Amino acid sequence: MARQRVKFTFPEDQITEPVIYEIGKRFNVITNIRRADVTPEVAWTILELDGESADIEASLRWVAEKGVRVDPVEDTIIEG
Amino acid sequence: MSFAKALRCRECGREYPLSPSHVCEYCFGPLEVAYDYEAMATKVSRASIEKGPYSVWRYADLLPCEGEPVDLQAGFTPLLRADNLGRALGLSQLYLKNDCVNPTWSFKDRVVTVAATKAREFGFTTLACASTGNLANAVAAHAARAGLEAFVFVPSDLEAGKLLGSKVYGANLVAVDGSYDEVNRLCAELGDKHNWAFVNINIRPYYSEGSKTIAFETAEQLGWRAPDHCIVPLASGSLYGKIWKGLQELAKLGLIDPFQTKMSGCQAAGCSPIVTAWEADTFNFRPVRPNTIAKSLAIGNPADGYYTLKIMKETGGAGAAVSDEEVVEGIRLLAESEGIFAETAGGVTIAGLRRLIQGGHVQPDELVVAYITGAGLKTQEAVADALPAPLHIQPTLASFEEALAQRSGAAAPVASPASE
Repeated sequence: MARQRVKFTFPEDQITEPVIYEIGKRFNVITNIRRADVTPEVAWTILELDGESADIEASLRWVAEKGVRVDPVEDTIIEG
Repeated sequence: MSFAKALRCRECGREYPLSPSHVCEYCFGPLEVAYDYEAMATKVSRASIEKGPYSVWRYADLLPCEGEPVDLQAGFTPLLRADNLGRALGLSQLYLKNDCVNPTWSFKDRVVTVAATKAREFGFTTLACASTGNLANAVAAHAARAGLEAFVFVPSDLEAGKLLGSKVYGANLVAVDGSYDEVNRLCAELGDKHNWAFVNINIRPYYSEGSKTIAFETAEQLGWRAPDHCIVPLASGSLYGKIWKGLQELAKLGLIDPFQTKMSGCQAAGCSPIVTAWEADTFNFRPVRPNTIAKSLAIGNPADGYYTLKIMKETGGAGAAVSDEEVVEGIRLLAESEGIFAETAGGVTIAGLRRLIQGGHVQPDELVVAYITGAGLKTQEAVADALPAPLHIQPTLASFEEALAQRSGAAAPVASPASE
């Protein structure tokens, strides 16, 4: 079993799509939301994904293909 | 001695022991060093600071480290009154905080001296980072100083000076075919696998405290007062936020009077998620894919973007985004008016300041400090083509006179320096 912490940033056209529900249903990954903010213009969610490593990777690929930006929670980006 | 007492989550406030970690286990928010200010206030005074070395370690009591620092004497850089540039822009009290003159020629030496010191305290033997260049240089240099190994990860299209400026110290330089955001994602995965001190990942809460020192110095060099207005380049927003935190700490300790400093920030238009959000009057920024010559600010998903926007709103500051052409103009204006050759981030700051003045966000009589965070030799490519060719002559007086006469019809400099 593996675990990843990620941040999803949703484009406007995906804000109303049940992306996180679909991750669980399609890929058998347990999602646990820790923080989120959803507005009509922009939405982001910080969550933990639990499951088989291959399933988590597949789910993140699927999410990214829908146009959702995926970043690790270590979204550090302190300028370098 | 350090008065750091815990790591505290910036979102939910939960506290954790001082260890190499950076994410809250409950809400995944970022962790920040929390201090015992009451105890600090009994020890720290203007006099005690003034007895300290001319480096960031002058402010050791306000930093989270114990013991001997990994020290290349970063910090205590010049704060220059910029009357020529001020006159050109219409400001009567403009100062420049010139961090070009740090050991590896950028403000990153401030954060890395703290990170390297803390990493050594924790027992790490390898320093690492994801970088747009300046951080890699600082990490490589400080690792050499400390006798630690270094791995620095950078985008492969980085400026030549910055690549060289890491290799020369003997660091393991890894050039990644991708954007900085992709380099950073890779380093997040590497951090899980290797027991390295990633200065901007697991050592991040300590690392970022080093930026406060630029605010401490600003206040001390102004005679123990805060500026009316700070103009700061924005990449992740960390420097901006720590300048604000640094000024607040000085006031909390009674070292400066209460203040109402406006905090403004500047980005390149090709990567301006924070300024775009400010213009839309929202705290929610939308990440972007960077496309700008200002590579040191090319961070499309700024970790401190939300906090930056909150401070900007709270202080009445403003944001400005400038084109790459304006960045080059800003570099030249600064160099030709004040003799400081800044890298592209400095061009963003000066061009951004000009935009902020034009927009009515900076008043002519405010005491303004503009932060120049890195030296121009590191990003020569950005300005090389914009500068006139040298006069090329034979070693004769006649040849010189002829060349000078021929040049008399060429373009004038960007700024007219004050003449006495």
